[in-house]
Amino acid sequence: MISIPLAYWLAYSKSKIKPVIETLVSMPLVLPPTVLGFYLLIAFSPSNSFGQWLDEWLGLQLVFSFEGLVLASVIYSLPFMVHPIQSGLSNLSPSLKEAAYVLGKSRTTTLFKVLLPNIKPSLITGTVLAFAHTIGEFGVVLMIGGNIPGKTKVASITVYDEVESLNYAAANTYSLILFALTFAILLAVYLINGRFTVINE
Amino acid sequence: MIRLQLNKKLHAANGDMVLDIDLDIQQGTFLSLYGKSGAGKTSILRMIAGLLKPDQGVIQVGASTWFDTESKVNLRPQKRKVGMVFQDYALFPNMSVQENLEFALTEKSDNQIIQELIEMVELGDLRQRKPGTLSGGQQQRVALARALVQRPEILLLDEPLSALDQDIRRKLQTYILEVHQNYQLTTILVSHDIPEIVKLTDLVIHLEDGKIIRKGAAADLFSSEQEGILVESKLIGDKMQFVFLVDGRPVKVEVPLDQLPN
Repeated sequence: MISIPLAYWLAYSKSKIKPVIETLVSMPLVLPPTVLGFYLLIAFSPSNSFGQWLDEWLGLQLVFSFEGLVLASVIYSLPFMVHPIQSGLSNLSPSLKEAAYVLGKSRTTTLFKVLLPNIKPSLITGTVLAFAHTIGEFGVVLMIGGNIPGKTKVASITVYDEVESLNYAAANTYSLILFALTFAILLAVYLINGRFTVINE
Repeated sequence: MIRLQLNKKLHAANGDMVLDIDLDIQQGTFLSLYGKSGAGKTSILRMIAGLLKPDQGVIQVGASTWFDTESKVNLRPQKRKVGMVFQDYALFPNMSVQENLEFALTEKSDNQIIQELIEMVELGDLRQRKPGTLSGGQQQRVALARALVQRPEILLLDEPLSALDQDIRRKLQTYILEVHQNYQLTTILVSHDIPEIVKLTDLVIHLEDGKIIRKGAAADLFSSEQEGILVESKLIGDKMQFVFLVDGRPVKVEVPLDQLPN
């Protein structure tokens, strides 16, 4: 939802601040997750004016809560979603968009009826990678969500916990499930995309 | 009357260039833009369609103004009554031939025109096919039909036939001419194929570096060049037959194959 407009803007804008936005979107790829988590923690902390504002106006407590965890995951997985969509859009011939405009179609109609249907493989790749990446993350979640059982405890952190308490068998179970799950997801992406390319040829 | 007064600084491959043209076109004319690549032909089409904004100028079609820097009018491409056939055809790969045409319909327009167009360009059998599975000539016909669904006043053709081989080219030229006459269009064709221009168009504008250097009827313009121009060549038995246009009249020349210069 957030990524489509953002990727659309990045693919077609000639704005001067585009490189800055591009950098910000890509930062989570390079930045240690703990750094990102740390700053989000500070920003959302109720002792800080922004965090206070959120709490008062929207009733949102983002630190150590499930909502905060979701928001942090969105930011952290943004490049995985935005990059495939952006490159998908840039690879489309610009005349497709122009042809739709000349035929009297609005930007929104063009985006949903012409552009997005023609980058399906990118959309699927983006969605699935972002999802899979969210399953696997650790640092950000630990920083902002904490480790509250039943609320912000995620699978990857559970594995860490079990290993810490020398409970290797349980750790192995969780790890194995994660391993199988990610393998299945990625395999599905490659199979589906392979089929799309065959159809398009 | 269509009035074009366009001025724009363009960044071409071989340096900057100022496109500056001033042209009145009678409605119903089949006009062609001729010139080397980079002379600004495609840019002119894009400005008429509203895909490229002139720095300064006026585009007036009949009584309506599409663009005017003085009074700050700039109609969006969606609002201009043009049909355009792109060099790469720009067919939507996710839609079938039929859907490509239907996509061009406005809500109030009727389905009948689609039927009519499909018959005209003989695409009946290919309705359900996706553009990716069609040949170049077939794709070109779909693009031509699609450009006409909205009954435009001006049809813009950007080197529509350059990627096709001779036989299909000749056939498609006939379609284009037919469409031009049946729908009373003003058609602007970008081409650097002289025989094609002579065959199709009433008026030629010769562009160089963004300026009009010559204009006139196709036959006059090209036959005023020192040699005649080659319109057709074909093999008959062991002879090559060439048809040249000299002073607007065709002249046939036959040369035995073994005497052809390399």
